Amino acid sequence: MAVSTIIPWERVRTVGSRLTTPLHPDDYLSLVNPLWSARELRGRVEEVIPETDDAATLVIRPGWGWRYNHSPGQYVGIGVQVEGRFQWRSYSISSPPKRNGRTIAITVRAMPEGLLSSHLVKGLAPGTIVRLASPEGDFVLPDPPPAKILFLVAGSGITPVMAMLRTLDRRGSMPDVVMHYSSPNAERMIFREELDALSEKHEGLTLHKLHTDTDGMLDFADLDDFCPDWREREVWACGPSGMLDAATEHWKDADLEDQLHLERFSLEVGGEAEGGTVTFQTSGKKAEADGATTILEAGESVGIGMPYGCRMGICHTCTLTLVKGAIKDLRNGEEYNQPNEQVQTCVTAAMGDCTFDI
Amino acid sequence: MAIADVKEYTHLTDEEVEQIGRELDALRKEIEESRGASDAEYINRLIKIQRGLAFAGRVTLLLSNKKPAWALGASMLGIAKILENMEIGHNVMHGQWDWMNDPEIHSSNWEWDTAQPAEQWKHSHNYIHHQFTNVLGYDNDIGYGVLRMAREQRWSPYYLGQPIYNALLAGLFQWGVSLHDLDLERIRKGKKDPKEMKRQLKQIGRKIRGQIAKDYVVYPALSGPNWKTTMTANATANLMRNLWSYMIIFCGHFPDGAMHFTEEELEDETREEWYLRQILGAANFTGGPLLHILSGNLGFQIEHHIYPDLPSNRYPQIAERVQALCQKYDIPYTTGPLHRQYGQTLRTILKLSLPNHMTKDKNPTQPERSDTANTYEQDLRRKSDAERQPRRTELGGWSRGGKQRMHD
Repeated sequence: MAVSTIIPWERVRTVGSRLTTPLHPDDYLSLVNPLWSARELRGRVEEVIPETDDAATLVIRPGWGWRYNHSPGQYVGIGVQVEGRFQWRSYSISSPPKRNGRTIAITVRAMPEGLLSSHLVKGLAPGTIVRLASPEGDFVLPDPPPAKILFLVAGSGITPVMAMLRTLDRRGSMPDVVMHYSSPNAERMIFREELDALSEKHEGLTLHKLHTDTDGMLDFADLDDFCPDWREREVWACGPSGMLDAATEHWKDADLEDQLHLERFSLEVGGEAEGGTVTFQTSGKKAEADGATTILEAGESVGIGMPYGCRMGICHTCTLTLVKGAIKDLRNGEEYNQPNEQVQTCVTAAMGDCTFDI
Repeated sequence: MAIADVKEYTHLTDEEVEQIGRELDALRKEIEESRGASDAEYINRLIKIQRGLAFAGRVTLLLSNKKPAWALGASMLGIAKILENMEIGHNVMHGQWDWMNDPEIHSSNWEWDTAQPAEQWKHSHNYIHHQFTNVLGYDNDIGYGVLRMAREQRWSPYYLGQPIYNALLAGLFQWGVSLHDLDLERIRKGKKDPKEMKRQLKQIGRKIRGQIAKDYVVYPALSGPNWKTTMTANATANLMRNLWSYMIIFCGHFPDGAMHFTEEELEDETREEWYLRQILGAANFTGGPLLHILSGNLGFQIEHHIYPDLPSNRYPQIAERVQALCQKYDIPYTTGPLHRQYGQTLRTILKLSLPNHMTKDKNPTQPERSDTANTYEQDLRRKSDAERQPRRTELGGWSRGGKQRMHD
């Protein structure tokens, strides 16, 4: 009989905390092995696999507390300590969900202006411990999948769709899938060999490649040429915002908005606040925010360079000074209303008028 | 005599005061911009050492019936508690390490290894003590509601027992601190909001239960037949921490040279004047690097008070610049060896147990100081948050957690 059925693991940890209070046993265990802690989710970078010149897949082994049940297409937050400070980004999980799997994979493309993405692709050594945030996102392939699918991807937008294709492949449930993949040129096209292999293996998968350097970008008017029945398909699109905007317009014009699914890296917060006028005192700008708009979003909507990290309340990078007024944490309803106190902006919304020191 | 106007006391012109503010702001920016990997390494290494010591101490005490194991275990545990309370906990809760954006080393959720809940500490220390430092009637750390530490405090025969209260406070320092934010004096005078008091008591109760169970029930139980000696060792470790932190903390604002201030100083106090009050109201002590780490770098009390939320490992470097600044503008900068600072503190404790007419005022009286002459009539009643000025930005950045509430 396994010990876990006699003494539940959670019980052991609770009892253990009486020995370590006010700390948690994880606070000691993580000093022995960083993965032995569920306080803040972590992972160890096991492998860095170069995909193209400027993209690499990071294979990460998550530590305790990780649930290996993400849905294909979801993204995960990853925090890396650079010069002492944790920097957070979100990346789509490119590996399919595996019950008995011990790793997840993300594929990162180094953006020239992106300081963290270049570091992840070129500078991250295997063995590095990174912080993780649980998978999020509703850009998700349902199970069972719809009968007819259209994937429209460009550049690094391939990553969530790659997770979807790998899942369909694993489960043997590949339906009629048309995929259009744009990339500057063949060398920069991530996963091209694997995609070729998949389209050979699966009759239902039709792959269209577009090299934008030579042949220009996709014009949605040409959709009928390679996918005449696009109106009957559920569409998942992921790529630069210009492409997504054009796609939205095209599907709106056809009155088929519901069939188009776009990747949006934003958190679904549960609660609601009152809303109010948010004043950003250094610039003097004001934003009218409703009860579901976070302070971070309000600031971004009027062009303030708001600091942010994980965008889900973990890392505190977004912390600013609330000069006056009140805000509410949408995750748990807690109110913050003391003058000059430090508050997170990515998970809070206005409760009446409030002013921030930025 | 308590100071009513720092500018007047330091004989500085308006331009000089402004210039001082600018130089201190520039120094702050310099330090902020230079925080990096080595600072992060410092705190992470320190935490590892501290937890390692605590673990080693606890394990050693399983054999506490053997005298060497008892002594070794109690010492390791005592030092672990000292490190955690002073160099780690106090500093993390000030927000000194929030810049790392690491939720595991962050002021919003750090709970320290002592009887006082972190939330109440942040209120009474980060806000009340650091904002109203040494202002009579506002800074509750002047005497902690138990001792008479300023001549301006009215004497009563109760204070004859001061040496005893001092000894008790020293030995039971952890418990004194745990009750500090409750503000017993306001409760006694019937001014405390009963709902708030109940909430705080519950919070304290929960914290104390965990602490007492850990040191006096759980670990003794784990030691089996050695339970009695484990209990005494744990009590000794707590006593070690109490006495040490009491002494270091008392050296922060009680040596000669650390001035008191009147309410008038707070009126329209500018940022630069706030800096000056922090310099004049604090006292440093000298020592080697090990002493400074063990005392939470509070030997740099002045620097800590100017920049409460800059990483403590930087205080020695900051001190050189602050000392130079004080020399340049002829601002008194109080420092000395630890034994002398504590000696002066003890002398003041003994002196003020007696009525004023029986002892001499240690601070040189300022001629033409009409404002401080009648401070004996000053309203030294305890205030509520509603009667205090709201939090200043000079206190730096620290956060409440999700579950931490407002105070009375």
